[in-house]
Amino acid sequence: MIKVEHLVKDFGGAAAVDDLSFDVGAGEIFAFLGPNGAGKTTTIKMLTTLLKPTSGTIEIDGLDPSRQANETRKRFGIVFQDPSLDAELTAFENMDLHGVLYGVARKVRHERTEMLLKLFELWDRRDNYVKEFSGGMKRRLEIARGFLHTPKILFLDEPTLGLDPQSRNQLWTHVKDLNASEGVTVFLTTHYMDEAERVADRIAVIDHGKIIAQGSPDELKQQTSTDSLEAAFLALTGSSVREEKAASSDQMRQIAKMWRK
Amino acid sequence: MNAIYILWLRELKRYTRSRAMIIASLGQPLLYLLVLGFGLGPVFQKAGNGSYLQFVAPGVIGMSVLFTSIFSGIGLLWDRQFGFLKETLVAPVPRVTVMIGKTLGGATVATIQGAIVLAICLIAGFRPVSWAFLPMTFVFMIMTAIVFAGLGIAIGSRLQDMQGFQLIMNFIVMPIYFLSGALFPLAGLPTALHYLTRIDPLSYGIDALRNILIGTSEFTLTLSLGVLVVSALIFVAFGSYSFSKIEL
Repeated sequence: MIKVEHLVKDFGGAAAVDDLSFDVGAGEIFAFLGPNGAGKTTTIKMLTTLLKPTSGTIEIDGLDPSRQANETRKRFGIVFQDPSLDAELTAFENMDLHGVLYGVARKVRHERTEMLLKLFELWDRRDNYVKEFSGGMKRRLEIARGFLHTPKILFLDEPTLGLDPQSRNQLWTHVKDLNASEGVTVFLTTHYMDEAERVADRIAVIDHGKIIAQGSPDELKQQTSTDSLEAAFLALTGSSVREEKAASSDQMRQIAKMWRK
Repeated sequence: MNAIYILWLRELKRYTRSRAMIIASLGQPLLYLLVLGFGLGPVFQKAGNGSYLQFVAPGVIGMSVLFTSIFSGIGLLWDRQFGFLKETLVAPVPRVTVMIGKTLGGATVATIQGAIVLAICLIAGFRPVSWAFLPMTFVFMIMTAIVFAGLGIAIGSRLQDMQGFQLIMNFIVMPIYFLSGALFPLAGLPTALHYLTRIDPLSYGIDALRNILIGTSEFTLTLSLGVLVVSALIFVAFGSYSFSKIEL
């Protein structure tokens, strides 16, 4: 369903993604784990047509996103890491706008909006402006919106960031249900190892833009001779904090963009 | 079509829900109308040019249309900052569709804003030569608004953050306004200024409004409409191209 070969994304000399190759099979739940600034979000942006790769190839359901962007976009849904709601619209209006953009028929749109807002306990607040919502409510609405149309592939970029355990549980239960009932392929990133272990069929660990290990959670533990996924992750990526690196690569990107203008 | 409609509707909803923005955006046109209209009125009259309020009102309406439309396009920057741009960029609709929805939304809002300023001008004492031709002003307000909403989107697509905003204001928006003949007649200008005013699309929008509202003009209505249509095509195409190249 997703095939990536020798993918590179270079921002002004700094490679955020460096010769990445992997496959995700149809109906698989694939977790992409890595420290901050490892290249997870940059990879997702290239897979979802928001960024053009410097080199390498991507295939999404047999399509090339850089040449068949619009057709590719019809195949996937995405929950972003950062907010992407219109705060001046109500929860219902945000859902409706998304449904129209994704060509969901009016009746289905309204039925699914009601079902999803009830599932994520936002139905009673459907007519409230998003700017009046708490951080957790906004996150739940982002997730509900991502599920409105039923795509072939679902990209979840750190979807549970800022969610309470109850909402996290609801989300992953729904993802598993969707995967089982509709065969939706899921590509997710998360910093919560327990979540990755709970839902993912296969995990790839990325660091400094390269995949350094991949396999099932048990295989990763075996490879690193550890007894938990978190210990395996730390064994593979080290225990130093990466915040500085992430910030500087982000700055490099901004500088590169300015020069391109 | 549904995507264009929903994005157009979004612009309208955002506008009607922000009363503070509506009131704030009327401040500058009101200042120009009242301070310049009444302040320079006696000088203008002494020079034998009639009422300055009558002369400047179409310019102030044009100013309101210009500022609202161009800033609605530059509003893309807010969508970028607050994340909504991502939602539209990954949607399975051609980016030109998104751009058209946003342009038409911005143009509609700018036309409404122009109509409000026209109503204020009437309250302030401005009188059109013929009430029957008043609806024709909307054609030129819409066309002017489309031109500058397209330009605004082209600019907004290339801006990465708010730091470039003041640059755009000082080097693009204000020159467009001051070179349009909004505040002075286009006839008898020094050569350089003469040519500069002729390449400013807003000159044709304001001149057409002046033609319809007070019966004096430098260009024919056909020429003004032609220039605005061609400018709209160029700027919307430029805006579409810039929008299609956005990477996040």
